Amino acid sequence: MSLLALQRNFRDWLVTGEDSSAAALGGGPGTAVYQNNYRTALVSSLAETFQRLVLWLGEDGFEAAAARYIDARPPSSWTLDAYGEDFTDFVATLWPDDPEVAEIALIDWTVGQVFVGPDADALRPEALAVADWETAGIHAVPSLLVLPITTNADAIWQALATAEPPPPAEMAECGAALLVWRQGLEPVFRRAEAHECDVLAWSAAGEGFAAVCARLADTLGEEAAVTSAGTLLGRWLAEGMIAAVG
Amino acid sequence: MSDTLAGFGLGMRRPHYRSYIDGTAPVDFIEVISENFMIAGGKPLDTLMKARRNYPLALHGVSMSIGSADGLRDDYLRELRRLVDLMEPAVVSDHLCWTRIDEFNSHDLLPLPYTEEALDVVCRNIDRAQEALGRRMLLENPSSYIAFPGAMTEWEFLAEMTRRTGCGLLLDVNNIYVSAVNHGFAASDYLAGIPMDAVGQIHLAGHVKGEHLLIDTHDQPVPDEVWALYRAATALAGPVPTMIERDDNIPELEALCAELDIARSIAADERIAA
Repeated sequence: MSLLALQRNFRDWLVTGEDSSAAALGGGPGTAVYQNNYRTALVSSLAETFQRLVLWLGEDGFEAAAARYIDARPPSSWTLDAYGEDFTDFVATLWPDDPEVAEIALIDWTVGQVFVGPDADALRPEALAVADWETAGIHAVPSLLVLPITTNADAIWQALATAEPPPPAEMAECGAALLVWRQGLEPVFRRAEAHECDVLAWSAAGEGFAAVCARLADTLGEEAAVTSAGTLLGRWLAEGMIAAVG
Repeated sequence: MSDTLAGFGLGMRRPHYRSYIDGTAPVDFIEVISENFMIAGGKPLDTLMKARRNYPLALHGVSMSIGSADGLRDDYLRELRRLVDLMEPAVVSDHLCWTRIDEFNSHDLLPLPYTEEALDVVCRNIDRAQEALGRRMLLENPSSYIAFPGAMTEWEFLAEMTRRTGCGLLLDVNNIYVSAVNHGFAASDYLAGIPMDAVGQIHLAGHVKGEHLLIDTHDQPVPDEVWALYRAATALAGPVPTMIERDDNIPELEALCAELDIARSIAADERIAA
């Protein structure tokens, strides 16, 4: 048997667990060791990544979901940390009537990604004084991610993370979203304020702050738009969400 | 600039990060799993940068898949090179095994048949890795639970691999013991067949006894049989940087340092005897 054929047989044994695949490797107790190692490592990795989901579902419920995911999605990335990339969508199909399940998973996943995301120093407030506000735009820290949500998964996640009794699942107001980013080395998240996602999206698209205020004025009126944008800017600075102005 | 690895070290694990950041851990070097730090940024890289200022570093990989019949992955080599350039480690190592084939990645260190074909594949892949990284690598002997029919023993395979590629060896003494018991060969034959001048680092660890086989778990203290084999290896190899791997059931740092003192004592005994 060629090396390539042997390695594909081994893959088939790990993925399917079928006796015929084990027999092609010579059988014996060693094949079971590798099968056990393979599945144990994947379940452990998922449990490490989705720690709050484990608490919400319970270990048995989580491990049953993980087992089905492992059967359906053999790993392909060289880093085990990436294995859970599709798990959020997968659990959404397992709990279609409980949308908070997938959203708790999404927060777990996103917080993990932000934790190891690109570094950037937060902008110091005095930098605003020298900006040319006719043209300057807002550049958020590269770790910032916006997550639309439909439930109170964020409140459930926070309660689970601090070992508090979680609230019952309920739907969020229409258009709710979470902002997830890193303050220094620690991931944080909070609910987005009204218009905050729009202002961030326009800024990310390259529009200057003056242009962003003008667009906001179409909805809020000029005075309220300037007040709202200025309040957001101050909050972002205080929260370490801005990397640069310019 | 890269330091030289020497003396006695430990795998840097999360419960002990503070001691490595502070530089208070009484070790000569640290080793980390490369893949845990092949990331964009954040706390893990920050921690390693700080620890790196205090200790020489070994990068130990688990996902290069040096035995893959379909070659190495460009993206993996690029990311590892980026980490190497950033950290300037004294040693870069991985395992004589395969973990990936086609688009499937097992995340386990899977055994190779010790055939001429596998030797060609492994040597070709090592050549490519050493070129991509711009440096010599060390390859670690694996523990295994299956042995395939082959043209040579594992130690003959390792000896020829080092001769052809110029790579060094990371000799895992626990893995020799585990595989010797599981496959019924003499560990002394293994040591006698290893080109000791190629050994650049030694690993020590513990294992557990399964129903049929010994399992390399890294969750136990180094057992007496492995210490005895370490003594024999040290007598043959001379002074080689040595470390203990403990990945699970991790005790206090003091307990690991006490184990490391046993390694120091054995190595000192063998130097005197020589």
